[in-house]
Amino acid sequence: MSGADDRDSPAPEASAGNRKFRRWFTPTFLMVTVRGRYGAIVVPKKDAFRLPRQTGAADPALRRLLGHAIPVGTAIGIFLIWEAGVRMFQVPTYIAPAPSDVGRTLVEQWPLLMRNFWPTFYESIMGFLFGNMAAILIAVAFVHSRTVERAFFPIAVFINTIPILAIAPILVLIFGAGLTAKVVIAALICFFPTLVNMVRGLQAVSPETLELARILSASRSEVFWKIRLPSSLPFLFSALKIAATTCVIGAIVGEWVGANLGLGALIIDSTFNFRSSLLYATVFLSSGLSVMLFALVTIAEKLVVRW
Amino acid sequence: MGAADPAGAARDYAAVLRNAVVRFGSFTALQDISLELEQGAFWTILGPSGCGKSTMLRLVSDLVPAASGEVSVLGKSTEEARLAREFAFVFQDATLLPWRTALRNVELPLEIGRRRNIKIPVSDRSPRELLALVGLQGREDALPRELSGGMRQRVAIARALVCRPKLLLMDEPFGALDELTRDHLNLQLLQIWAETGVTILFVTHSIPEAVFLGQKVLMLGANPGRLREIVDIDIPSPRAIKVRDTQEFTKYTAYLRRLLEAD
Repeated sequence: MSGADDRDSPAPEASAGNRKFRRWFTPTFLMVTVRGRYGAIVVPKKDAFRLPRQTGAADPALRRLLGHAIPVGTAIGIFLIWEAGVRMFQVPTYIAPAPSDVGRTLVEQWPLLMRNFWPTFYESIMGFLFGNMAAILIAVAFVHSRTVERAFFPIAVFINTIPILAIAPILVLIFGAGLTAKVVIAALICFFPTLVNMVRGLQAVSPETLELARILSASRSEVFWKIRLPSSLPFLFSALKIAATTCVIGAIVGEWVGANLGLGALIIDSTFNFRSSLLYATVFLSSGLSVMLFALVTIAEKLVVRW
Repeated sequence: MGAADPAGAARDYAAVLRNAVVRFGSFTALQDISLELEQGAFWTILGPSGCGKSTMLRLVSDLVPAASGEVSVLGKSTEEARLAREFAFVFQDATLLPWRTALRNVELPLEIGRRRNIKIPVSDRSPRELLALVGLQGREDALPRELSGGMRQRVAIARALVCRPKLLLMDEPFGALDELTRDHLNLQLLQIWAETGVTILFVTHSIPEAVFLGQKVLMLGANPGRLREIVDIDIPSPRAIKVRDTQEFTKYTAYLRRLLEAD
């Protein structure tokens, strides 16, 4: 039996319209003549359409460096303008601190910031785990029973429509001022996007694949573990990326309502005491936490979803 | 044999349909189909769209039930045949699991039912050898997205063969491929048929493909779906692509085209 041959190679197919476009709109210096066994044809040079991206930096390492330099440079530029603006217009520190003030506070108040960082970190992680776990399990129940879905989906939607700021005091009243209420709020805010995405993911199996499973006489649990669950993973990770950033917001909102410790409590405290540099430093730290969780989920996705 | 031992006679056929009817609600998808598919045969099914070509394969493979009439596969009910993995199905879309490599996709049927101690027939050829049989040696670890449409369909064929089916049901498997790839896979399929002795029931909407592959062409008609004619194709095996340029071949295609247009 003959092996894989060239006409069956996995080249991405250009659509007919796209090919026609390329043939007519490519300057001749970007074209090459290819002689094959079906005669000679004129096609665009490989990468002809990447030309604008190649300006100057031919070396891939240099190009990668440039890729990082542009966003970093932009951020530095914004900080410099901010610093200059605050100094030039002599804005009082309690209204808007200069980046250098915020930086100094970050260093000087590091122990205080860290003391408040860890509770928020813990609440966010626990909320992330419990919220997503609950969402995944309920999604599994929904997919296996239309009755369960009909019964509980409206309730899930209803809970999701209550503003988190309204539900937070209720939960603090129920669970007290301790960590539990914050974990529940963080979990609640993660819950809904993951539920919706996971249900979609578990249902994103083509009818033909289900027919294949039936022809193989697969059991429900085999269909779930071998087909539905793996095919839901890309959907799940999209939801987890949302949850990674929102769980921090949930924890902070919970701390606003009543807490002695945590980034949320520190935000309230520094606002009321006009310690603007500390407020800004806290805000940077909380977004840093979100970014870190987001990055962790992204790394996990790269490791798990390889297809 | 046969008359004295009806069960034995039924076992000589890969599939037997007697006055089989399929209804979807009030719509009759297949009306009164009777046929006897001999073991080792290669039959193709041709007909206008909506005539129930796919439904016929789904009837044989226990995916849709018969409203009346009888369907048996290798002397068993379709359900028994499904549980014994007597047949395999190849869909128009390769239906590979995108997270599994080519090899792991071929192995899938062996994994399903293993924990429940279901006795699964296993081909003498290993999954690796089956991939080589369809010309994919060296691509065992490729993910489906790294393979072309034709290659994916070949993985699907290897997967269908892994449980040593006696009947292979193919629903327009090459319908979405370009003509050169399709020609190539047609030849490969004929070779696999010759090497494994599997019975093949193959749905297509291409008249030349139906004539090139089939020993017989079942011509179905629409509204309601019914069997109009079984056309014997007297072209000796093994067939080469250039058979299509012979007058005999064009005689068949012209006849079938007239039949198709007359419906």
